[in-house]
Amino acid sequence: MDLVSILAESTRSAFGPIAAIYALAAIGLNLHFGYTGLLNFGQVGFMLVGAYGVGISVELFGLPLLVGFGVGLACAFLLALLLGIPTLRLRADYLAITTIAAAEVLRLVYRAGFAEPLTGGVYGLQNLSDGFRSINPFDPGERYGWGALAYNGNHMWVLVVTWGLVAVMCGLVWMLMHSPWGRVIKGIREDEEAVRSLGKNVFAYKMQILVLGGLVGALAGCMLAVYQASIQPDQFKPQVTFFLWVILLLGGAGRVFGPVLGAMAFWFLMNFTDGVLRGLGSMGLLPFLDGPDYGAIQLAFVGLLLVLLIVFRPQGLIGDRKEMLINVK
Amino acid sequence: MSSDEMGSSAGVEVDRMAGAVPEPGSVKSDPILVADRVRRSFGGLTAVDVRRLEVQRGTITALIGPNGAGKSTLFNLLTGFDRVDQGDWTFQGSKINGKPGHKVARAGMVRTFQLTKALTRMSVLDNMLLGAQDQFGERMAGAFLRSVWGRQERANTVRALELLERFKLIDKREDMAGSLSGGQRKLLEMARALMTDPAMIMLDEPMAGVNPALVQSLLGHITSLRDEGKTVLFVEHDMDVIMGISDWIVVLAQGQVIAEGTPSDIRSNKQVIDAYLGAQDVDEAGSADE
Ligand SMILES: Nc1ncnc2c1ncn2[C@@H]1O[C@H](COP(=O)(O)OP(=O)(O)OP(=O)(O)O)[C@@H](O)[C@H]1O
Ligand SMILES: [Mg+2]
Repeated sequence: MDLVSILAESTRSAFGPIAAIYALAAIGLNLHFGYTGLLNFGQVGFMLVGAYGVGISVELFGLPLLVGFGVGLACAFLLALLLGIPTLRLRADYLAITTIAAAEVLRLVYRAGFAEPLTGGVYGLQNLSDGFRSINPFDPGERYGWGALAYNGNHMWVLVVTWGLVAVMCGLVWMLMHSPWGRVIKGIREDEEAVRSLGKNVFAYKMQILVLGGLVGALAGCMLAVYQASIQPDQFKPQVTFFLWVILLLGGAGRVFGPVLGAMAFWFLMNFTDGVLRGLGSMGLLPFLDGPDYGAIQLAFVGLLLVLLIVFRPQGLIGDRKEMLINVK
Repeated sequence: MSSDEMGSSAGVEVDRMAGAVPEPGSVKSDPILVADRVRRSFGGLTAVDVRRLEVQRGTITALIGPNGAGKSTLFNLLTGFDRVDQGDWTFQGSKINGKPGHKVARAGMVRTFQLTKALTRMSVLDNMLLGAQDQFGERMAGAFLRSVWGRQERANTVRALELLERFKLIDKREDMAGSLSGGQRKLLEMARALMTDPAMIMLDEPMAGVNPALVQSLLGHITSLRDEGKTVLFVEHDMDVIMGISDWIVVLAQGQVIAEGTPSDIRSNKQVIDAYLGAQDVDEAGSADE
């Protein structure tokens, strides 16, 4: 087992496009949960409508990529309204139930036979990144970066754009949360009745943040479509949402850079455990396990990570322990 | 306000009640809040059934009654935090029944909660600033224009610090509200409510858990609020406090107003003694007042 190359590969994935896409989606979730306390268990649904917005516009209708982004974001906007209007006046649990169900229903609808003419059913959609690559300033044949962190021109272009979006969103979140608007949002997380008693329209604020976080999630979905050049409905299973939650809690909820650090740490650990399991397997040290079982072990590892995290470091990597301890209402 | 003849006992100051008749549902000369047939029941239990209640502008009105009388429920109803079964009420002449809590607050009627609601993971100062009204920076698009809301924020901060000074919380301004003691949270909640600059403030047991020395200064604040022209409606169980500062007392029992009147009217009201005070309390309250 070559530990050095496993470490190198893990580091590579920590900076890779998937980490960036998950960071973006987790930023949306951070707006929902970290700052406002909204329990969104269906962030993957926003990613799905974003990705299919790009997919359907580009592959089916041959529209420019930017239009695809617009369609994806518009769908996310609608989805947020549909989820929020009936539930945001009710107790927090209702949003949780609704989002988890809606995300899964969306996936089932998009993969269903009757939707196939539009969504490609279980096969999904292909050839989605021509438009993106046509404006690639990097040379696809060239490799950029150093050592383990060298990427080919196409990947480099995705990386630059996605991490760029992550940076822009972090800036946006920072500005919002350091404004009076952000103060109301954090107040709602603490006690929405108190905020209402001070004359703030709590429902409107919750709706705004649900839409905003959903849009950021959809943007992550758009970038996923562009990066992979193809999408399948079964990429958008509920486990994606749970990965996002692990990322958020790992990095630190309610912190601007929490989701970013969380995503990098998460994908580092995922690849590291995968590498180690495979290494041990190839040395014949895991006689009871076949290749496919490694995935299951890895998921168990994610669960264990979450449990350990909540027990020993509930504030995440960069959370504020002092803030965390004050939890008595 | 005129200084007409005072209803009964030792009146040297202005009669803010303008000689209102001490009876349930009594009509006031200049009411800021008028409630009509307000009713709320939980299952079979009628928690509030108030036929008529008027609150005189610029006075301190106490709402008293045994535990479970419906005082907090009435607060919740009037301020839009609970739904009535039926009833109408007006505030400053305009109908506000059916309005959600935030609109009632914006109309100038702000309440505090019996179970204190400090925003625990925010600083004391942020708690206060949340109370300021019409903030440009509280709009989503406005949030990005720091140059515009910055000035407003500075003015609000000055006002917040003045209030914190008054409520002896100034040294705590950077601390998390969750690190305050129970009594300090009560103070913070009241200061925060005042930050909205309300015409009427409704306090649900503001003195509960506040130390006696501070109670005295709180009473001072409450009277000065009235003297600034604000209306105060408060729920309290401490008879000394109630008799000491109230211009008018409303007694609620089993959801109904059973008596209204000045402190001296209430002290001698047979029905109130039976329902709430009990003979001993009356003696104590009486002697404290002398
Ligand atoms: N949400 C609720 N569901 C069911 N019953 C309720 C609810 N809220 C209040 N009640 C009932 O309504 C009645 C009035 O309650 P309320 O809290 O208004 O009393 P209170 O006068 O404020 O009493 P206290 O002095 O103890 O604060 C009580 O009998 C209570 O049990
Ligand atoms: Mg009560």
